[in-house]
Amino acid sequence: MFQARIFVTLKDGVLDPQGAAVKTALTSLGYERVADVRVGKYIVLSLGHSNREEAEKEVREMCERLLANPVIENYFFELQEVSS
Amino acid sequence: MRFGIVVFPGSNCDMDCYHVIDQVLGHPVSYIWHQEKDLTGFDCIILPGGFSYGDYLRSGAIARFSPVMEAVAEFAAKGGLVLGICNGFQILLEAGLLPGAMMRNNCLQFRCQDVYLKVETNETPFTNIYRAGEVIRMPIAHGEGNYYAAPEALAELEENGQVVFRYCTPGGEVTTEANPNGSCNNIAGICNKERNVLGLMPHPERCAEEILGNTDGKKLFLSILSWWEGQRCEEVLGCG
Amino acid sequence: MAEQKPLWKEMGLTAEEYQRICELLGREPNYVETGMFAVLWSEHCAYKNSRPVLKLFPTSGPQVLQGPGENAGVVDIGDGQAVVFKIESHNHPSAIEPYQGAATGVGGIVRDIFAMGARPIAILNSLRFGTLESPRVRYLFGGVVSGIADYGNCLGIPTVGGEVYFHPSYNDNPLVNAMCVGLVEHDQIKRGRASGVGNPVMLVGAPTGRDGIHGATFASEELSEESEDRRPAVQVGDPFMEKLLIEACLEVIQTGCVVGIQDLGAAGLTSACAETAARAGTGIEIDVSLVPRREEGMTPYEVMLSESQERMLLIPEQGKEELVQQIFHKWGLNAVVIGRVTGDGIFRVKEGGNLVAEVPVKALTEEAPVYYRTPRVPEYYEKCRYWPVERLPVPEDFNKVLLTLLEHPTIASKEWVYRQYDHMVLINTVLRPGGDAAVLRIKGTKKGIGLTTDGNSRYCYLDPYLGGMIAVAEAARNLSCVGAKPLGLTDCLNFGNPEKPEIFWQFQEVVKGMSEACKVLEIPVVSGNVSFYNETEGVAVYPTPVVGMVGLLSDVTKYCSPGFKEPGDHIVLLGPLTGHLGASEYLAVIHGCEAGPVPEIDLLQEKAVQDCCRELINQGLVKSAHDCSEGGLAVALAECCIAGGIGANLELEIEGREDAFLFGEVQSRIVITCVPRHLEKVREVARSFGVPVRLLGRVGGKRLLIRDLRGRVLVDLVVKEMEEKWRGSLSKAMG
Repeated sequence: MFQARIFVTLKDGVLDPQGAAVKTALTSLGYERVADVRVGKYIVLSLGHSNREEAEKEVREMCERLLANPVIENYFFELQEVSS
Repeated sequence: MRFGIVVFPGSNCDMDCYHVIDQVLGHPVSYIWHQEKDLTGFDCIILPGGFSYGDYLRSGAIARFSPVMEAVAEFAAKGGLVLGICNGFQILLEAGLLPGAMMRNNCLQFRCQDVYLKVETNETPFTNIYRAGEVIRMPIAHGEGNYYAAPEALAELEENGQVVFRYCTPGGEVTTEANPNGSCNNIAGICNKERNVLGLMPHPERCAEEILGNTDGKKLFLSILSWWEGQRCEEVLGCG
Repeated sequence: MAEQKPLWKEMGLTAEEYQRICELLGREPNYVETGMFAVLWSEHCAYKNSRPVLKLFPTSGPQVLQGPGENAGVVDIGDGQAVVFKIESHNHPSAIEPYQGAATGVGGIVRDIFAMGARPIAILNSLRFGTLESPRVRYLFGGVVSGIADYGNCLGIPTVGGEVYFHPSYNDNPLVNAMCVGLVEHDQIKRGRASGVGNPVMLVGAPTGRDGIHGATFASEELSEESEDRRPAVQVGDPFMEKLLIEACLEVIQTGCVVGIQDLGAAGLTSACAETAARAGTGIEIDVSLVPRREEGMTPYEVMLSESQERMLLIPEQGKEELVQQIFHKWGLNAVVIGRVTGDGIFRVKEGGNLVAEVPVKALTEEAPVYYRTPRVPEYYEKCRYWPVERLPVPEDFNKVLLTLLEHPTIASKEWVYRQYDHMVLINTVLRPGGDAAVLRIKGTKKGIGLTTDGNSRYCYLDPYLGGMIAVAEAARNLSCVGAKPLGLTDCLNFGNPEKPEIFWQFQEVVKGMSEACKVLEIPVVSGNVSFYNETEGVAVYPTPVVGMVGLLSDVTKYCSPGFKEPGDHIVLLGPLTGHLGASEYLAVIHGCEAGPVPEIDLLQEKAVQDCCRELINQGLVKSAHDCSEGGLAVALAECCIAGGIGANLELEIEGREDAFLFGEVQSRIVITCVPRHLEKVREVARSFGVPVRLLGRVGGKRLLIRDLRGRVLVDLVVKEMEEKWRGSLSKAMG
């Protein structure tokens, strides 16, 4: 059994209005050293796979097909073995 | 001319489009359930507004995998007319039938209001009875209408005259203030290279009747009919 | 360990109530039964404190197809069609979590409407917040608005109208009242009745989780700490699920197999089962182990009391279970038989083979105690009433006063709010938000309906009887301004703790005033909701009755809007041209004083003005119409100018204080315009109704210019400048 923790964020060149709003809010709260904020999505999958490589391959595929939109988003994920 | 309106479980402008085609234009129209795979007999497919499958992940992301979208892609490849309105536009982008992607409005809020649009080209089956450069008024209602395409893709769209509608002032100036969602180059609607697939964020079906105070959207539907009449003449006369 | 309170007390019952339950059962109730009584005998479900007072409302009329007591009221609009509507509060959840609180409030009221077999066609709301200077209030306001928006927008039901007031009495207790309106054919109207012994009871929609099991009914002994951690404090809404539920339920109803249908709201399964059986005079038996769950290890108590959203109880004809399941599966939803209708009047709950509760239905729904509270006139009442408002100085600069009022959040444009709501989907919206009332067309007919919500709580605080009357009168006036004849109303009564005699007095007087207005104006109450205990640390909100009203336009093309139309049009006032300072927004905003007598209202005069206005609109004599409310005549005129994008030039005959004339809130007044050649005809019609009518000036130019008869300029402002203040205020405040 594996758990995949997937992070989806907007690509660097793409303007992130949510991130910009959060940055403004943090700055106004006095956190002036915050240089940049990017807001993204965090997705957790519980997988029934027993083989790590297989799981990795499929998670990548899921990200590319559905979970992230390659036109505007990047993704990365962590795969962790868990007991069932 | 026969219209088909795709119904995803979360579509909510399907009845509106149906009403306009049936009651306002008086043309045959039927609903197409999202599990449908056969589009024979239809001349124009409309992907209506709404929240196809809830749109919790990304607007249109799940809809693109529905059986009907495979059929729509085939239908478009054969030259059939496909019109995506609002959520329909988002689905067309996710499905790759139109280039680019949709992001959250830069104001981070849903926006429902009238906007002014410049008809950038009337050389499409959807805009042929508008004047090129005509300024029209149409309502928008979306939270994710901030159109994005990478610079090269954007340049290509512009070069090919694929930008069909742009947000503008009532006087027709394309300005940042007139842009309700932050979309690249004030883009409100684009078509594919072959010009038979159109996606737009504003809702033409919401401004096609006198009683609603605006009929600027009716011309989009009339354009489709007029294009189709033209096609039929060409077929009959054999001068295509 | 601290001393353990008895279970029933922990769940919110009193000793007398518990005693009564024991008598009714002839034994002590078990754990689950105690919980069921506690929720159904709560104020929210049983109206223990309000029932005797609510009986004052007139509830019948030839147009009423269903009055109070069902999921929603129904009024006839002709051609075999009817309009279904109800308003409901979601104040407490919204104070804790504004986004989800407001969203689930919308979800709940929408379910009440399609439970009647109607397709929901419009949402309205009425919101009250503290002052926007407070960051917490801004957070609540922003959260509530986006909660309403995201839920309603996803459903594809337009939010077409509403109102928002800001006042410090709501700083800790925002009010969130949501109204839904549906359209139905007479023969499709459904009711929440579990009729027909042997018929299956089905639970449809979302699976059940531990959402919103009431804090007061929470007892620690059956629950581990772990389960407590998992328990979400607020219900979370899933609008997509609700959209599916609407479509599936309406499709099932179309087949004709539905005997009864009921929404699962407060007190979840317990309330839905008990109410449907009580209305039908039957019994009901369910097995909680058949209920689809979202979480593991739920106890029968939790299943019975869960307030998970987006669920309905469906009672189809026996043998139609598969048909129902087919339709729900098409929409990707659960539809499970969890029990059946019985003939013995008992509500029996099983878990597999074990009986976990067995209670007479009527004991739950009809035997709750009724409390006749004693009212007491609060101390502030006389003091405020006779406060010498006329001693306040008359301001020098009325331009400044008018601009300040226009910028005040309560009066300012609510565009910041309603542009976040899809108010056009379903393409019926003829008159959009921002006017006196919204107007929708009814497709396939010539008809239209007008919709509004209204309620001025300052009036109700200073004089609850008059305030109650005005709430009804003003809602009806709003409808009359668009040309709609009022058909019926739904009310949401938001008050503090009714166990306090002063609060109960406010409540009783408001209802008396409303009832009187309903009788004279001939508008029956068809549905409603009471929300008590809107208090924090002993300080209650202002008494806030909210009236939601529906009216009919026999020809929708004749609808009227508030904006001035063309230069040269005459501006005419229907109703009295007098001044009145007391209780006005002007006093509160400019002088920081909330006192003085509330404006008197002569209900017969009010009726005449409204009838007259509708007749003028119907005869096509009127080009615009706008009600004078908060901010008085001057604000009404400014709003007409802004909406029309054109100026006006007026001369007023003023006696006494100018501010009382310009900004006073004298009732029963409508500003209309007509073309010059229709002026005589307008006067004639007004005279025939016995309505005072007066020519005030003309439309035209780019400024609002108001002079007195001696030619002294009182107000001279460029329309654009007024518009900037008025339109920009909320955006500015919200950043």
